[in-house]
Amino acid sequence: MSEEKNVDTDLICINCPLGCKVFVKGDLTVPEELEIKGNTCIKGKEYAISELTAPKRMVTSSVMVLKGDKPVVSVKTKEAIPKNLIFDAMNEIRRAKMQAPVKIGDVVIGNLCNTGIKVVATSNVDRI
Amino acid sequence: MKIINRELLVIGGGPAGLAAAVGAYEEGIRDILILERDIEAGGILNQCIHNGFGLHTFKEELTGPEYAGRYIDKVNGLGIEIKTNSMVIDLKPVENDENKDSYGNLATVVSRSEGMYQIKAKAVILAMGCRERPRGALNIPGFRPAGVFSAGTAQRLVNIEGRNVGKDVVILGSGDIGLIMARRMSLEGARVHCVLELMPYSGGLKRNIVQCLEDYSIPLHLSHTVIDVKGKERVTSIVAAQVDENLQPIPGTEKEYKCDTLLLSVGLIPENEVSLSAGIEISPITNGPVVDEAMETSCRGVFACGNVLHVHDLVDYVSDEADVAGRKAAAFIRSQGEEVNTKEHARHIETLGAVRYVVPQEIHSDNLDDEQIFRFRVSKPMGRSKIVVSIGDKTVMSKNKMIMAPGEMENITFKKKWLEGTGADDKISISAFEIDKEFVI
Amino acid sequence: MGTEKVNFDIAIIGGGVTGCSIARELSKYTIKACVIEKNTDIGEGTSKANSGIVHGGFDAEPGSLKAKLNIEGAGSMAALSKELDFPYKNNGSMVISITEDGLAVLEDLKARGEKNGVAGLEIISGNKARVLEPNLSKAVKWALHIPSSGIVCPFNLTVALGENAAENGVEFFLNTEVLGIDKPTQTVGKDESCHKNNAGFYEIRTDKANIRAKMIINAAGVYGDFIHNMVASNKEHLIARRGEYCLYDKKHGDFTERTIFQLPSKLGKGVLVTPTVHGNMMIGPNAFDIDGKEGNNTSKAGLDEIMDKARHSVEALPPRSGIITSFAGLRAHSERDDFIIENALGCDNFIDVIGIESPGLSCAPAIGPFVVEFVKKSMRLEEKPKGTWNGNRKGFTHMEEMTFEERAEIIAEDGRYGNIICRCESVSEGEIIEAINRPLGATTLDGIKRRVRGGSGRCQGGFCMPKVMEILARELNVDVSDIHKSGNESQVIFGNIRDIDGVEQSREVENENH
Repeated sequence: MSEEKNVDTDLICINCPLGCKVFVKGDLTVPEELEIKGNTCIKGKEYAISELTAPKRMVTSSVMVLKGDKPVVSVKTKEAIPKNLIFDAMNEIRRAKMQAPVKIGDVVIGNLCNTGIKVVATSNVDRI
Repeated sequence: MKIINRELLVIGGGPAGLAAAVGAYEEGIRDILILERDIEAGGILNQCIHNGFGLHTFKEELTGPEYAGRYIDKVNGLGIEIKTNSMVIDLKPVENDENKDSYGNLATVVSRSEGMYQIKAKAVILAMGCRERPRGALNIPGFRPAGVFSAGTAQRLVNIEGRNVGKDVVILGSGDIGLIMARRMSLEGARVHCVLELMPYSGGLKRNIVQCLEDYSIPLHLSHTVIDVKGKERVTSIVAAQVDENLQPIPGTEKEYKCDTLLLSVGLIPENEVSLSAGIEISPITNGPVVDEAMETSCRGVFACGNVLHVHDLVDYVSDEADVAGRKAAAFIRSQGEEVNTKEHARHIETLGAVRYVVPQEIHSDNLDDEQIFRFRVSKPMGRSKIVVSIGDKTVMSKNKMIMAPGEMENITFKKKWLEGTGADDKISISAFEIDKEFVI
Repeated sequence: MGTEKVNFDIAIIGGGVTGCSIARELSKYTIKACVIEKNTDIGEGTSKANSGIVHGGFDAEPGSLKAKLNIEGAGSMAALSKELDFPYKNNGSMVISITEDGLAVLEDLKARGEKNGVAGLEIISGNKARVLEPNLSKAVKWALHIPSSGIVCPFNLTVALGENAAENGVEFFLNTEVLGIDKPTQTVGKDESCHKNNAGFYEIRTDKANIRAKMIINAAGVYGDFIHNMVASNKEHLIARRGEYCLYDKKHGDFTERTIFQLPSKLGKGVLVTPTVHGNMMIGPNAFDIDGKEGNNTSKAGLDEIMDKARHSVEALPPRSGIITSFAGLRAHSERDDFIIENALGCDNFIDVIGIESPGLSCAPAIGPFVVEFVKKSMRLEEKPKGTWNGNRKGFTHMEEMTFEERAEIIAEDGRYGNIICRCESVSEGEIIEAINRPLGATTLDGIKRRVRGGSGRCQGGFCMPKVMEILARELNVDVSDIHKSGNESQVIFGNIRDIDGVEQSREVENENH
């Protein structure tokens, strides 16, 4: 059995421009019993729970390209990755390289930080 | 000089130009040319490598280059011609055209590979985008060293050219580009000391404040500005200070930040050099052309959309607006410009309360679609508010909003049927005001 | 240059407009001359930040060097602008008074001007002045109209003089700072390379190799006293007097046609409102004596001050949002209140040309010839044989000012002129390459900006700066990281975000995709 994780906090929902201030109180290990206030819609509640239990972020960056008409290609994580892995992810991305040509969707890293999540190219680079 | 004829000329191959061309194509126009001054189409999206684009248009979250890529593929698939490295430097209505043909506008183009030539077009769509407000417009005192970049310039250097622009950074202005660059620079190992915002509220989207600043523990100091830039050659520090309600620095609140880089994200200005060459009327509020329901400017057959018209915060809205401009330009070409003459006199849309501007600024009631999107911005952050559209003394629409902010574009759908039974001289107005607060016109 | 010593007849210290004018004039003679400049480019000091006015010459004290050289310099500016092909316009000016009392001051100025030889001076009523300049303040009671005054591009004037001097054999040592000067210890009997007189050599110690010269001309701007004090038996003191300016967008370029001055004060000619020769509008300067000689920074108080003062001249100053940049320059003010052009005390063959504050730019064309006459007193100068000196120079191509037909022709010949790099000022790649590949060509972003205006427009380089850097790097055959804004510490970028060194060789996944 996991330990209780009590919180009493607030956060700003980012789903829409409303930016509701959502108040969350209770034990995070029992999300269904959390006391959640301030949100205007269900998305605010879902966001608050995921943000407090397992926050995730997309990471977008650049990867070096060899023999391309541009020095770098833009990339993104195919899905959001755990927020605490952002800097580890950056370390992997920084070390990666591609050989031109690169097309949107090309896999740059197959398994980022052992998350099983891919990093893919988001722009095209032609070969020179 | 060589002159070529095209039915539709689109100036600018960014999101607005691409979507406008697609819109015109779908309305049956085939002879379309897009001119792009950069080496590739896509415009500013190419350097916006972050995600958050396309939720509205493509129902999925894309990065900037991917969003641009979708439209470029579409344009290429339709066989619409794009000429890159081609810049329009002048646009003029064709004067005394003896042939009385409908090629009513003459654009002068320069290109490295094709030299200088002119294009006569039946219709022209302006889609040149916008530029960043430079340091000078803010009159920030101090030295003029290297290391002061507008945020978009820094974004281009980092994301397209792969350059490292700074290690110790302060950002002035909480516009979205500034926020996005705060995260980008942090991810690249720079220390971003803070984001300073002159106004008591942020000009950026809330999600960007959370995901770009809070995630990286970058403080946002509202009501603050830069009062000095130090360093004769490269920035060595900046001095920030809090400002009072008149936006003047408060003595005693100065704080010096050691840094090598100052990024400015202090506003965007529609880029209307070409529009001005054509003598097009420019709104002093949007800094873009005054347009009617067809996105047509004061110059016949010249349409405008995207950031050249007014600065947008979401590209999805740019695509929508450009699609309308494209379709209307197509209709103009098909009718050989005739319907303009039948248009009823333009009716100006009055803006009241906190509505800073509305686009279109005027409408011709007989030319309206059944539904017409009006886009507008408010002049201050507002809590529970009302948006009201009136014609004469009749309120035709009233809608509540939980919140509105200057940084987020609002829109309403204007319905043609509202005009039924109203007089041609009845004033059309749009207003926004906070509920529970006195509203004085 | 290596470590071997280089011998010259004359070394000019300072590559501003004054030094370059002297250098060009000296290039007519068969001597070996050089210019030593501590900055990366010529014209980096006072010459780059001033009003750009060719003054009529009414202001200076009759009999002063300022008065004499102003009249001569302004008089020859138009002809020089044709020889050296730099932008100059005779736009006229006015000195205004918003009080009735000021009429007496204007009359004094007029009398002084006439004594100095300024032609066409006329005192007109406020109403008549407003007919000529509709944006003039309604408060203006009287104005002195000076039809002979003009505006000039101070950068291109300096570059034109410098380039022409270099083309005629003057050597330029840029990036070379004078650290000390040793006086000649002995006279030289006969020297192979320098034989014009028998003086010994000054040993000019620099941060590079030493330079030896028989004669030194000190044209070191605000540092003129430093250089003087290295050798002279008396001490000079120059005050760096800061002047701040705001430059407006070209859309306000026709706000006034003439340069509008206010009544002069002890500190100078006061805040002016003027069009620039490139079609911007400019206001400034104020006058503030600073400590040290490096403080060319602007201040909030100063910028507010010039805006407030400019409002006395014109009815409705364009709003702040119309300003595209603000800057400050330093004038070298001497307590003697006139230019100092003389032999430094206790040193033979050491000519000071210092304290060249306003109207120094207007005087520049005359300072060169004047100083050379001075040189002739102690050094025999022999004119170069006919046909070996070329006083003409072709200016930079300026596409924006050409007709479409002219532009089309140039682009058809060289496509690089069709590749527009700076959108705001319509500056093409071809023009930027010209600026780089000239003698004394641009090596920095500021060098490009001053020569051909790339980055000087309303977006202030926002769009073109990355591209200009690429072109500079390519043409100079260096890495983009080595391109600076101006000085050697003004690095723009710190290398690349992704370098091969930081990339793991094993992480190559190219074959997965193709």
